[in-house]
Amino acid sequence: MYVAVKGGEKAIRNAHRLLADRRRGDRSVPALTLAQIAGQLALAVDRVMSEGALYDRDLAALAVKQARGDMIEAIFLVRAYRTTLPRFGYSEPVDTGAMHIERRISATYKDLPGGQMLGPTFDYTHRLLDPELAGDAEVPDAARRQGEPARAMRVSDILAEDGLIEGDGDAATEMPGDITREPMEFPMQRDTRLQSLSRGDEGFLLALAYSTQRGYARSHPFAGEIRIGEVEVAVDMPELGFAVTIGRVQLTECQMINQFKGSSQAPPQFTRGYGLVFGQSERKAMAMALCDRAMRARELGEDIVAPAQDEEFVISHCDNVQASGFVEHLKLPHYVDFQAELELVRTMRAEHESRRDAGETAAEAAE
Amino acid sequence: MTTQPAELATYNFAYLDEQTKRMIRRAILKAIAIPGYQVPFASREMPMPYGWGTGGVQVTASIIGPDDTLKVIDQGADDTTNAVSIRAFFAKVAEVNTTTSTADATIIQTRHRIPEEKLVEGQILVYQVPIPEPLRFLEPRETETRKMHALEDYGLMHVKLYEDIARNGHIATTYAYPVKIKGRYVMDPSPTPKFDNPKMDQSEALQLFGAGREKRIYAVPPYTSVVSLDFEDFPFEVNRFDQPCALCGAEGVYLDEVVLDDRGGRMFACSDTDHCEKRRAAGHKGSMASEGAAT
Repeated sequence: MYVAVKGGEKAIRNAHRLLADRRRGDRSVPALTLAQIAGQLALAVDRVMSEGALYDRDLAALAVKQARGDMIEAIFLVRAYRTTLPRFGYSEPVDTGAMHIERRISATYKDLPGGQMLGPTFDYTHRLLDPELAGDAEVPDAARRQGEPARAMRVSDILAEDGLIEGDGDAATEMPGDITREPMEFPMQRDTRLQSLSRGDEGFLLALAYSTQRGYARSHPFAGEIRIGEVEVAVDMPELGFAVTIGRVQLTECQMINQFKGSSQAPPQFTRGYGLVFGQSERKAMAMALCDRAMRARELGEDIVAPAQDEEFVISHCDNVQASGFVEHLKLPHYVDFQAELELVRTMRAEHESRRDAGETAAEAAE
Repeated sequence: MTTQPAELATYNFAYLDEQTKRMIRRAILKAIAIPGYQVPFASREMPMPYGWGTGGVQVTASIIGPDDTLKVIDQGADDTTNAVSIRAFFAKVAEVNTTTSTADATIIQTRHRIPEEKLVEGQILVYQVPIPEPLRFLEPRETETRKMHALEDYGLMHVKLYEDIARNGHIATTYAYPVKIKGRYVMDPSPTPKFDNPKMDQSEALQLFGAGREKRIYAVPPYTSVVSLDFEDFPFEVNRFDQPCALCGAEGVYLDEVVLDDRGGRMFACSDTDHCEKRRAAGHKGSMASEGAAT
């Protein structure tokens, strides 16, 4: 005898209990601390902050732990928390030109004011697994530069002096949009588009950026500058009448310089693609810059021929929290709709059969 | 790290902050003022995944008060896992009373069904909507479909329905069947089976639709005409089942097909579990209701 499926509640409770058990794993192994995650899996934490759109290392580390290392799940946890926070106000624009630089490279100049600084990079490491890391071998302290670093001017400013590169845009004249407060509308302005890209999925944007290099909206890019470091965040205090620094955030900024032949509207000059993300993630910042440039096609009067240039396509699908939610919702029961389809297919099959039978009878009669 | 767990994260009544609730309420009011029109809203991330009811949950979270009684169904049933999960969410973050009884609920959040029991004035039905745009599968671009709605240009939809008839002899849309609201906007009723479409027409209850991922809210106010698109010579028809519910004997209700064994055995039972249980409690019996097993 069929008994209606009951006990959803108990099943969920038990599933979550099992999840907690699996998350903890072998009880004889010490549990991870948030400090360990934030300190030793720092780039995972950075990605969660960046795509989770919340600069908080503790919460990002907690999310990584809670998600068992599933990055998109961790990003989701952080997003679902940050969205509940009341909005007190907006900071002043950060000045990346005044960044306390830890890494700064330019692929367009051999040397430049402020110098090239490699910083903590995987570049030029040989990707050989290091058995030493399986243990807890002593790690020597990092070598430190002496004295205060010189202010490193932005590479785009060097080019701007000669008028060889387009301006930085006039966004400062009005309040930038806020994709977390205003409904998204197409076509978008560049400010909200950059916001979407900044929290967009690294893998998706990487693939799109790659596609532009392989001929799908080729943009002849040069990595004008990539810089990683801390910038001060200042908030205007109406009571005081001036802005007060409330803290520092680590950012990765990428200025991509792209060839531009000129159009009826603009003379030949270099154009920009811009990437900016929380923490240290230059892969993401570079991919973002390439996608940003590709999506400026409309603004620059270029033909829109490739997926990376299609703003509605890219922006509608770059959010991994949205994408994974909707793809995975197919796990939910759909039996009501399936039932309706089942009935339809049965009806259509019956009609098909009766038509065929009728056809056969007619054919026989004709013989 | 010195942060203590208690100060790491806290949440507001019904999860959303009050600024957000105000924003969503404004969108809801606008939606009610323009029946069937999709109002863009700044949808928030919710603690359940997109596609799992975030739009409905945001609408419910914005309208729910401590005195409300909430019912949540998925596929017509109160005990499907996602319905259980959403009900538990509101019981936790809003501490409201929950119920499985359609008549006792002030707010009913639903996925894919409209309760069989007639809804009455004062009740609100909140639909979870995956793709709010009825024209989306005919035209993927939002910029285009908004234009089509603005111009009331629904020719494409009629052509699609016509092609169905030309090809199959009937309209081959069985769920998410497009409707026209108050003679103006063509609207997606969410993926409810078209069987439920007639219940929307002139409903006494307020019907709200929330699409979280797509960031749209729309509404059908009480006593509003909801017409399923059709042609004079091919009028809209709902699907009928050949047999009554095997548990409660109900006819004219939507049934789920349940596979009983691997030899082709099937039974049909009410998709609306509350309706079925109430009927059985009132003494109605179907062909397979025995031993009081299904309670």
